[in-house]
Amino acid sequence: MLNGKVRKLCAALIWCAALGLNNSVVASENNNRNAYSQPDGQLPLSQKLDFHVGNSFFRNPWISAPATTDARDGLGPLYNTNACQNCHIRDGRGHLPKSATDNSVSLILRLSLPAKNTAEKVRQSQHGPQAVPAYGKQLQDFALPGVAAEGRITLSWSALTVNFDDGDTIELRRPSFEISDLGYGPLPRDVEVSARIAPPMIGLGLLAAIDENTLRTWSDPEDRDGDGISGRINQVKLIGHETLSTGRFGWKAGQPSLAQQNAAAFHGDMGLSSRLFLKQACEPIQEQCLAMTTGGTPEVSDNILDAITFYTHNLAVPSPTRITLKNKGTLKQGRTLFLEAGCQQCHKTSVFTGTSSMPWLEKRLIHPYTDLLLHDMGAALADGRAEFSATGQEWRTAPLWGIGLSKAVEPQATFLHDGRARTLLEAIVWHGGEAQSARDKVLSMSRAERQSLISFLNSL
Amino acid sequence: MPQTLKLSIALLSLIFAGTLQAQAPTSKQAVLEHYTDIAHAVFTDSHTQAEELKNSIVALLNKPTENTLNKARDAWKVARIPYQQSEVFRFSHVVVDDMEAQINAWPLDEGLIDYVNEDYEGELGNFGADANIIANPALDFGGTLIDTLKITPEILADLNELGGSEANVATGYHAIEFLLWGQDLNGTGAGAGERPATDYALGEQCTHGNCERRRNYLLAATELLIQNLSTLENEWAPDQAGNYREQFLASGEQAALTKVLFSMGSLALGELAGERMKVALEANSTEDEHDCFSDNTHYSHYYNALGIANIYSGHFQGTNGDWLRGPSLENLIKDISPTLAKSLTDAFELTQAKLQVMVHRADASGPFASKTTMKFDQMIAEGNSEGVQIIGDVIESLVAETQLIEAMAKALDINRLTPDQVRQH
Repeated sequence: MLNGKVRKLCAALIWCAALGLNNSVVASENNNRNAYSQPDGQLPLSQKLDFHVGNSFFRNPWISAPATTDARDGLGPLYNTNACQNCHIRDGRGHLPKSATDNSVSLILRLSLPAKNTAEKVRQSQHGPQAVPAYGKQLQDFALPGVAAEGRITLSWSALTVNFDDGDTIELRRPSFEISDLGYGPLPRDVEVSARIAPPMIGLGLLAAIDENTLRTWSDPEDRDGDGISGRINQVKLIGHETLSTGRFGWKAGQPSLAQQNAAAFHGDMGLSSRLFLKQACEPIQEQCLAMTTGGTPEVSDNILDAITFYTHNLAVPSPTRITLKNKGTLKQGRTLFLEAGCQQCHKTSVFTGTSSMPWLEKRLIHPYTDLLLHDMGAALADGRAEFSATGQEWRTAPLWGIGLSKAVEPQATFLHDGRARTLLEAIVWHGGEAQSARDKVLSMSRAERQSLISFLNSL
Repeated sequence: MPQTLKLSIALLSLIFAGTLQAQAPTSKQAVLEHYTDIAHAVFTDSHTQAEELKNSIVALLNKPTENTLNKARDAWKVARIPYQQSEVFRFSHVVVDDMEAQINAWPLDEGLIDYVNEDYEGELGNFGADANIIANPALDFGGTLIDTLKITPEILADLNELGGSEANVATGYHAIEFLLWGQDLNGTGAGAGERPATDYALGEQCTHGNCERRRNYLLAATELLIQNLSTLENEWAPDQAGNYREQFLASGEQAALTKVLFSMGSLALGELAGERMKVALEANSTEDEHDCFSDNTHYSHYYNALGIANIYSGHFQGTNGDWLRGPSLENLIKDISPTLAKSLTDAFELTQAKLQVMVHRADASGPFASKTTMKFDQMIAEGNSEGVQIIGDVIESLVAETQLIEAMAKALDINRLTPDQVRQH
């Protein structure tokens, strides 16, 4: 919350408004490790209890069936982890294992087969990536006793150095993933593998409330305005519907709603069935997996799925850094550099939310620094794996709000889809494709300018 | 002097005195100072009772009988009374919350500590779930060897939250509770843990093996608890330069009051009504019973809520029966709005009354004297409409109480009850 003095200062500096220093959107002020775990500031008290119930199921582990803990049993038989919070660490980001022997808990590998002909391409665009026989669409590296895990992930790094125009250099690291100890036979030669780190959970209900028409206005699939930025809406499957829906969530905007995103994560990451994914997450040849006791049908009750969905809609975005006499010069310069480089063409600074099933999320001026659209990010970042209308080179613009608190929440937090970037500057330098020109402008900045830009990003 | 003048002077001075009294409003600083006094008293009492617990544990170890074991269990229950009242200090004061992981962490994978029933299911993927520290003088965690030959408070502190899993609770009240009661294998049926006293016997009487190490563990865990509580006692002690109390009182009245109220509301709504009651109802799971080995959860909830009421009234009664009283939020609010002050008083009383029903029902006392006991783990069993009603009433009164805590914040010019740490860019 702003005190009178700062508010006056803001009136003098128009950019305060765009920075989000507005009481109506301030949600929570908290720089400690729980900065991402606060309820939305506008959440009515009468609903806060639901938030806490959702939080509990998000945080606590699931166990194997049968168990006396009936509400929380049904884990696996194949899974990546046993609690949401293990990957979304304190509701924040995951990270790659520190060393090769570390357990890769906040990382998953998506698997698929490439679409080889028109029919397969159409199928992919309507139903999503093609599953790999015997493995499905995701590698589960844990299994209950008596069931073979699908494989083991080994991580290795290659380093590369990029030069700034002023002679400074930055070292980047590119991860590669090897899958060994395969539990169900060899993987096909042409298997597509895409590594994904858990994204932060803040402000998702507000992103869900951005009007579809706004996204359409922002999108420019053919780049008619010739600014080099296309911006496409991913059209994805909404379970139970024939026509495709607007994708918003996930690194490639492959999920249309938080309910479906959550149910998909329960299913794919923890092996838990829900009303949206009723079948056990076992492939036909995974006989032991299919033979195991389930935790009921569905394993995640409707109540619990709803509680989790409520929770994931209502995590507050921490308020931006207070503007002080000391930091205002730097932040103003950083903002100017951000705009001059053209970052805001995709990382949209401000938007009003539209309608929501949760009225307190409606008609809010928010500053998410994303357009939720797909952009070609160049070959260096590509995973080569299409997801509905997203190509192997496209990614959804990641929201930047609250990003400066990533490491306060989890010191090991990393950036970009596979967690390759240790710092925001590394993440910027990885940008390519439609973001090439913005990235090149950052390379041409002086060291002081780069620092201002990063300070600005950390203030959001 | 004429009679009338004398009278007028007397009257005037009376009026003056009366005005003076009315015009001496409670100062926020005085309320905050008394708040720290309560914190100090609560942690001092918790520390003292933990020492008593240790005495009874020493008696148990000297002569392990059902009698000495039961006395230790009683001492544990008494030790919980002041500690549960201290939890209202957790949610705004990092110094308290950081220590909480060592003192009161829950739920725990009891397989980390000692033997468990054959069909025990630990938290899956938790490699600590079957570690059994008591049976193993060295532990191998994925190639990392941990020497547990000597079980000391320091070793236990290091083992707590092993591997980052919050279920790996090696220390605190609940670890001690497990060591005194053992697993509660009755599910949502009647009965608590049934550990025999001979688990602490030496020589041939020893049951379940490793009695020597179990004795060491119990004592070390209790000593660590004492150390931790003593640390918190000192953080809140008056006249100790650089301690938390000093920082807190110097942090500005509004910021400090925000912390006070935020922590009250957080315990009432998020933790007690939400995590400890509504989640337990949703999950119908005994794992959600807070004091699950001892079946003492009803008292745990009762004293949590009383801790919140203490902060409002400025009253705290120690285990020895002595009262601490001083300038309170209640005084402060009375100066602003007597109506609001009354509503708050009523709300805290209603919560305690509803919790008293829970306590009576759990113990089959008071109006339920003719019934059999129904502990919290039985109340949350699926289909227990009586239990659901009792818990639901408490939740409802806590929600109403929190609403009034928010109203109190507004009356004190606190616009938003959020944790108030300032970002440090």
